[in-house]
Amino acid sequence: MAELPPVESSPRHRSVYPRILASRLRSQLAYPGSFALDVVAQIIGQAIELLGILVVFTQVRSLGGFSSTEVVLMYGLAATAFGLAILCVEQIEKLPEYVRTGQFDVMLLRPLSTLAQLLTADLALKRLGRVGTGLAVLGWSLTTLQLDWTPVRALVAATAPLVGAVILAALFVAANTVSFWLIDGQEAANSVTYGSNFATSYPITVYGPWLRRLMCFVLPGAFVAYFPALALLGRPDPLGLPDALRYSPPLVAALTVALTTLIWRAGVRHYQGTGS
Amino acid sequence: MTIIHTDRLHREFTVGTRLRRRRVTAVADVTLTVEPGDAVGFLGPNGAGKSTTIKMLTGVLVPTSGWARVCGLDPVRQRRELARRIGVVFGQRSQLWWDLPLVESFDLHGAIHRVPSARFRERLDECVQLLDMAPFLATPVRQLSLGQRMRGEVTAALLHSPRLLVLDEPTIGLDLASKERLRGFLSTVNARGDVTLLLTTHDLPDVERLCRRVIVIDRGRVLVDDELSTLRARFAGNRALVVELTEPIPPLLGLPGVVDVSVQAQGLRQRLEFTQAVNAAELIAAVAARAPLRDVAIAEPSIEDLVRALYATEDSPAR
Repeated sequence: MAELPPVESSPRHRSVYPRILASRLRSQLAYPGSFALDVVAQIIGQAIELLGILVVFTQVRSLGGFSSTEVVLMYGLAATAFGLAILCVEQIEKLPEYVRTGQFDVMLLRPLSTLAQLLTADLALKRLGRVGTGLAVLGWSLTTLQLDWTPVRALVAATAPLVGAVILAALFVAANTVSFWLIDGQEAANSVTYGSNFATSYPITVYGPWLRRLMCFVLPGAFVAYFPALALLGRPDPLGLPDALRYSPPLVAALTVALTTLIWRAGVRHYQGTGS
Repeated sequence: MTIIHTDRLHREFTVGTRLRRRRVTAVADVTLTVEPGDAVGFLGPNGAGKSTTIKMLTGVLVPTSGWARVCGLDPVRQRRELARRIGVVFGQRSQLWWDLPLVESFDLHGAIHRVPSARFRERLDECVQLLDMAPFLATPVRQLSLGQRMRGEVTAALLHSPRLLVLDEPTIGLDLASKERLRGFLSTVNARGDVTLLLTTHDLPDVERLCRRVIVIDRGRVLVDDELSTLRARFAGNRALVVELTEPIPPLLGLPGVVDVSVQAQGLRQRLEFTQAVNAAELIAAVAARAPLRDVAIAEPSIEDLVRALYATEDSPAR
């Protein structure tokens, strides 16, 4: 191996992903009108879901034991997390296309992580519309609720959308990895991705016990909005689940990411084992 | 150091539906070595196992059994290290960013491979000059012609000074001038001795221009692994001279070296198959002395002809 030239590393090249993303950005902003329209569509799409919640509250005083503003808080947490997650990992939905066209081979031929290449292959900047809607609703509910602010709650409020985004992003990637095995498995993956946006917006108390268990322990949606909301509201869990759970999302996020990494690796190995 | 070394490299695929599965062998116990600076043509009919072999050599596909070392590395387990030392061009798959100007795709390749700025500039300038790419460097890749894009693909694969350049059907679909330019460039790059070439092709002129050594593979097996000159002397099929005449004349029989004459278009076009014993220029002169020529063309024996000749000569299983 001594004959091989050393692989040089110069500072200007250490940041290849930002450069790739910057090039994606330039190509999107080449059509500013269409980009603006996309962002507006995302804002409206996310706001319509809020409207759904408000319509329910014209008929009932509380939902699963929570007031309208409290549910809107959960919605705000869920919407921001979903927006951030889909902003970062939307490209994973292109996996079936990359596998089918053999373009995934090209990623295997570059000295970079395949997952990182796939995720940076484009930038779903229009999803900022969703993040914006989520943040606005979150801000409104946090000020309206007149919470008893403590340093811990402030920390939860600041980190919950990010932690939730990590959980959801890992979940979306894991669900879409199925495309390595099933070329038409996208629909199942989509139901996880887009179903989670809806499901995490409501307190898990509205769901039946099996769905609740699924969201707590299998697809950890409850850790995106429900448990952080309990921490912020400082109220006991109507389900009587341990208090420790409301501070556990960072741990759950780490576990989800670790598990997703393993699933992705297994998927790539399967691809290398079967070919396209 | 040996650039490519394989030992009984073997690959099977499972094909068919869930109900009717069967195992198909794509590559069967391929053992070969390629030394630095070599230029190897990897030939065979469609489905012979060329692409599967290349995928196993580049870490895209895991072998079913056997092993491979490329630049001393295990292609699958050391995929990323290997990617820094080889360049790969798949004629059908682009490694460029379709919506970026060509030069920006090159910049990203430089960044991905951490090529130091000075070396990057030097390498790029050289490729731009040799491949005459200056007029379309700022053009988005999606607007390039196939020939322009292929020049870009080859450049991108060479920017990080790989030790091995693998080309899968690099000239497919290109017009004659583009093919010739690409061949000239690759032969210049290879002649300097720092890049080993491995290319698959259906185009015999590619091989004649670029390769010193030829590996013919069919149905997953290596049929021949030899110097091109040896191979040509042994197996090259007859070439054919196709002449277009200004007026119909009877079949041009009795010319030296011609083994078969077929007459088309009522004698206005005649196809003369001739052996290596005579060269094309002599034959054209001989025809011109007997008939009014309008146009001539020479048909080279195809890879398929070559493989067929191999089968007829080698003691191999019936097809």
